[in-house]
Amino acid sequence: MVHDSKFTNPVIKWIDTRLPIFTLLQREYLEFQMPRNVNYLWASGALATLALVMLMVTGILLSMQYTANTTMAFASVEHIMRDVNYGWLLRDLHANLSSFFFAAIYVHMARGIYYGSYQNPRELLWLIGALIFLLMVMTGFLGYVLPWGQMSFWAATVITNLFSAFPVVGDPIVTWLWGGFSVDNPTLNRFYTLHFMLPFVLLAVVILHVAALHSVGSNNPLGIDPRGPDETVPFHPYVTIKDLFACCVFLLVVAAFVFFAPTYWGHPDNFIPANPMVTPSHIVPEWYYLWLYAILRGIPDKLGGTVAMFGAVLVLFVIPWLDTAKVRSLKFRPRARVCFWLMIIDIVVLSFCGARSPEGVWVLLARVGTGYYFVYFLILMPLLGRFETPRPMPASILESLKKAAGVAVLATAAGALTLGFAGVAQAEEVALPSHTWHQAGPFGTIDQKQAKRGFQVYQEVCSHCHALTLVPFRALAGIGFTEDQIKEIAAQWPYQVDDEPNDEGKVLKRAPRPYDRIVGPFANDKEAGAVMGGLLPPDLSVITKARHGGEDYIAALLTGYQESAPAGFKLIDGRFYNEYFPGHQIGMPQMLQDDSVSYADGTKATAEQEAEDVAVFLSFVADPTQDERKHLGLRVMLFLLVLTGLMYGCKRAVWHDLH
Amino acid sequence: MPSITHPIGADAAEGGGGAPSRRHFLYLGTAAMGAAGLGAAAWPFIDSMNPASDTLALATIEVNIASVQPGQMIVAAWQGKPVFIRRRTPEEIKAAQDVDITTLRDAEADSARVQKPEWLILIGVCTHLGCVPMFDGNALHLGDGGFGGWFCSCHGSQFDTAGRIRKGPAPRNLSVPRYVFLSEAVIKIG
Ligand code: FES
Repeated sequence: MVHDSKFTNPVIKWIDTRLPIFTLLQREYLEFQMPRNVNYLWASGALATLALVMLMVTGILLSMQYTANTTMAFASVEHIMRDVNYGWLLRDLHANLSSFFFAAIYVHMARGIYYGSYQNPRELLWLIGALIFLLMVMTGFLGYVLPWGQMSFWAATVITNLFSAFPVVGDPIVTWLWGGFSVDNPTLNRFYTLHFMLPFVLLAVVILHVAALHSVGSNNPLGIDPRGPDETVPFHPYVTIKDLFACCVFLLVVAAFVFFAPTYWGHPDNFIPANPMVTPSHIVPEWYYLWLYAILRGIPDKLGGTVAMFGAVLVLFVIPWLDTAKVRSLKFRPRARVCFWLMIIDIVVLSFCGARSPEGVWVLLARVGTGYYFVYFLILMPLLGRFETPRPMPASILESLKKAAGVAVLATAAGALTLGFAGVAQAEEVALPSHTWHQAGPFGTIDQKQAKRGFQVYQEVCSHCHALTLVPFRALAGIGFTEDQIKEIAAQWPYQVDDEPNDEGKVLKRAPRPYDRIVGPFANDKEAGAVMGGLLPPDLSVITKARHGGEDYIAALLTGYQESAPAGFKLIDGRFYNEYFPGHQIGMPQMLQDDSVSYADGTKATAEQEAEDVAVFLSFVADPTQDERKHLGLRVMLFLLVLTGLMYGCKRAVWHDLH
Repeated sequence: MPSITHPIGADAAEGGGGAPSRRHFLYLGTAAMGAAGLGAAAWPFIDSMNPASDTLALATIEVNIASVQPGQMIVAAWQGKPVFIRRRTPEEIKAAQDVDITTLRDAEADSARVQKPEWLILIGVCTHLGCVPMFDGNALHLGDGGFGGWFCSCHGSQFDTAGRIRKGPAPRNLSVPRYVFLSEAVIKIG
């Protein structure tokens, strides 16, 4: 039987008769009937889809530049940030979007629970959604490992070790996951493959999710089925315009982070290359896993914790059968509503617990929180459904349209809660003397004069121990050195690089050239350790990103020395007391004194001035594209603001006659 | 049947929210702006696949040619491609100069292809489909009807002692890279 296409355009008609794809789009995306009372929480699905698509596009482009090898992965990510055209944009978008993807999904899930969108006939829709969440959790974790920083490595170690909790099969499973006896190159390679592959699986499941949705129809805030066409609106333009407006707002928020605070959700430790020999003192997952992490640690038993954590995700799959209520929306179930909000607060509290070291009150809170999480789903949900008498329901959607408040309250609450997580990411802060940096803020730029002075300090003082192995000499052009000056600096550099093998096949040393990296005195860590009496002067390429407090910390550390340790403090021999160094015992003596350098531009070389200058220089080398990033960011924000305004105007015009 | 490019509600709702033409203008303006934004946003993504700055920084190499004798050739790697640096013999130079360039497929005088007649510097990539031609003085010896230069074994292009295409499918002469003699012994390519 030939499909009878109603389209008039001959090309469209030709295709549509043979493959009714246009009829399908027409039916599912233009004419598809939506309850007319859906609120902006119904845009969360569109936002998540947008995030997924953008993650996949940026991810595919990143995969063209990334190298999945333990010796190169960290540097290849920095290569993307520094050398690839707009590589910083791809990477910052990808890293930040993962956060916003989870944010959108959390709102989406909370909405589903609040309005009972998993109840008959939407059980399967919900199940597929839960599967999407599970896939997201896995994909996000795998991706976090790829930059191969300290957090990546230890996240991989800790999470894979979860499986070792299972008796008998545990250890073989872990070895199998690793492809070795620890997290190493085979692990990184397979994680990369899986991180690339899973999003396509995810996308396929999303398509199933949408298909399921379109066969049962959208739920709505009242949880009652629309009675007829006067209670629904066609998907296009009524819902598309709302979704587009929501997407614009979403992009505004994403852009604000990407352009002006790209590392906000990250963690300084992940700017330290993975080191299998040293675990960071405090390891935490990304904010969107914190609640799960708190549940894991809340149970004082290895197997118990693991089971609880997996259980916390798996319980989502059985919600449709745990809830026994006949009424969908919590609007009409005051008791259940209170329990729901307690559960949301519980997740936020758990997230805070997950961000803190498991000590003192946090352990207790985590246990209470874990308890309530399971009590809510396993006990309260079945009981409330059975025993709570719902408030009277409106007979129809139209009847209740007149008093559609409360929606805004819920939306803002959900938004506020999501933003509440933002605080979690920035848990502890050290009190550092703060400086007014020229590069601070959305309009700040690197003060090139100061950065040049900072380079002088680095060159004359720091470079004798610390290398900048991710930074080529040519990058100095970014703070105003000319090509000839850079050639000169490289040629005069006291440390040499390996030349190409000569005609006899011998590898000789030569002076660096502009495209070479800024090398230090030590060929490798072993040599550094041997020369420096066991100390390892860290590479400074990304140091302002790798330490809490950034530039403030660097400036404070360099001037934070005290003649002698306070009474009662046991200073190890050969260490120095520094107020701002974690633990206060630092191997580096005070290197910056007044007049350690003499500035050509007449600036007085006090120790404080030198410290500030070198901090600016190090801020530049850690983030050489920061000026470009903010500059582009301001234009993008301006554009998005105008577009959002216009979109809002369109939305009002489209909805005008319905209200 | 509503057209699929036009909002269904827009024509159904001509009553309020501004005159239909004003509304229409708003829709069009917003769509145009969104499309422009999408277009502009595509550029960073496309540009990310262009050569990165570290690749561009390696755009020049310096080669020491002091030890190359007449009749010898060295091959340097430049931008991932072989660069042939041949010190030509007097016969080769003469053969290259004596050709009547009007008979050539890609007419170019030898003098336009070298800075010093003794040194022929070529990008060793066949202009047909990119294979690396071999220098094959024997099989294609000057005087035996050969051209004394390079032979591309992929599809049989033959190049003369100035690297010009003489026979076979390649459309153009082997390219000459930009280079300068920094001294008698060192050339900079790129
Ligand atoms: S590539 Fe050389 S002849 Fe075809």
